[in-house]
Amino acid sequence: MSEPFIRIEGADLTYGEEGGVLALQGIDLTMQEGEFLAVVGPSGCGKSTLLKLISGLRPPSAGSVTVAGQKVTGPLKIVGMAFQNPTLLPWRTALENVLLPLEVVEPHRRNFRADRRSYENKARQLLAKVGLTGFEDHYPWQLSGGMQQRVSLCRALIHEPALLMLDEPFGALDTFTREELWDALQALWLERRFTTLLVTHDLQEAAMLADRIIVISQRPGKIAAACEVNFPRPRSLDLRFSPDFNALLHEIRAKIDVARQVPLSLGAA
Amino acid sequence: MTARQRKAFRMALPWLSALGLFVLWEFVCVVFQVPESILATPTATLKALVQYREAIWLNAGQTLFTTLVGFGLAVLFGLALGVAIGAAPLLYRALGPLLIGFNAIPKVALVPILVMWFGIGTVPAIITAFLISFFPIAVNVAAGIATLEPELQDVLRSLGARKRDILWKVGLPRALPYFFASLKVAISLAFVGSVIAETVAANNGIGHLMLVASSSFRTPLLFAGLVVIAVLGIIMYAAAVVMERRLAHWATRGTDGGLHGGG
Repeated sequence: MSEPFIRIEGADLTYGEEGGVLALQGIDLTMQEGEFLAVVGPSGCGKSTLLKLISGLRPPSAGSVTVAGQKVTGPLKIVGMAFQNPTLLPWRTALENVLLPLEVVEPHRRNFRADRRSYENKARQLLAKVGLTGFEDHYPWQLSGGMQQRVSLCRALIHEPALLMLDEPFGALDTFTREELWDALQALWLERRFTTLLVTHDLQEAAMLADRIIVISQRPGKIAAACEVNFPRPRSLDLRFSPDFNALLHEIRAKIDVARQVPLSLGAA
Repeated sequence: MTARQRKAFRMALPWLSALGLFVLWEFVCVVFQVPESILATPTATLKALVQYREAIWLNAGQTLFTTLVGFGLAVLFGLALGVAIGAAPLLYRALGPLLIGFNAIPKVALVPILVMWFGIGTVPAIITAFLISFFPIAVNVAAGIATLEPELQDVLRSLGARKRDILWKVGLPRALPYFFASLKVAISLAFVGSVIAETVAANNGIGHLMLVASSSFRTPLLFAGLVVIAVLGIIMYAAAVVMERRLAHWATRGTDGGLHGGG
């Protein structure tokens, strides 16, 4: 095995000053380049905090985080992010929203004015891939929730980040829209193979998309269990109805239940 | 009603309600035989408007001038202050209570001080208009910048955006609707400031005209002054609304776009 792309060693993360809330404790995690990892766990367990830890938005209180061979000391600049709330800018069209990272991130920032046409073409192609041809010049408030989330996904990917962080990006969508977006995300990932961290509370989603699933326990968040997902790709939506898939869901489900009980039994002892 | 008629009716509605107010006013004066020296009728007010049109014109021009200059200064200063305290939480912490305290001082109490410093006339009116109207602008702009979604900040920071980038790309555009909302409040307040200063210490302006009218018991002229101020206020407010719709159309989508409560 090559040197992992992400390596977290014994990381704790405490919110607030000393004596604050211990959000993550003793996290040890490695990810290979191009891996798709899903993070599941009860709400409030620190799943989102894990994303912030890796992307350098919050420093660990103890332990270390290394990405691409470099110790993380501040916000990484190779990250694309998308959240449950699409957070598009309402004064920009879909296309202009997708272009935003290119106006900020180097080296595109320097070339943006001169190469605007080619950047716009790139953004149009990306929007086309998620099925938004014809909506480039619409404002976010003229788009449905699913479309906004597609734009948000394009914005996270336009600068070809090495690392994609998704924090329950499909959580607010209806089932059908969510399934469409799974397909869209899978297609993009198969094409570009960016290292992806997906935080979700939807086990089906995790099993559909990820190579590996980790379960985080109740606060303080620890990695309580992990399991490989070995279904061949591309995975079709029909996969969800296969016995293997359901067996896997049961397995994760059971691990989550155990993860839930650990602090309780400790409390009783 | 057809859609077109309904639209015409909606357009006419503010005019109808204004007309209704004048009719009611006239009606009350006539039925209860209110002496003109206490409450002038709309017709008497209209007569005074015509009779004193030259004096009103001149003084209204002066008031409009001091109001707009004071308001202009308030926009510049309020915007700068709002951006500064919105972007720098420490500065907000440092200046917040001072600003709130200052805003609580009735500005009429400052006019005598301004007169001591600058004498009677245009300058105290401009400064009073400025002092009374910069606060809502600063507070609104600061709120627009400071309430940026944390997720959006994360998105930008993880792209390597500097504070200046975030302010420029997101903070300022986001603060625009707040800014325009505050302009509508501030322009009305600037009129209040100008007229207050003119009433206390000036030789011209609508406020001064009304003071003179009051001391010579020309009640219709007093009311004519009020009407002129109100009309000027509506025109300025409407101008702010037009600017808002031009520059921040994305924030006023779906709303009727009328003079929100200002007609």
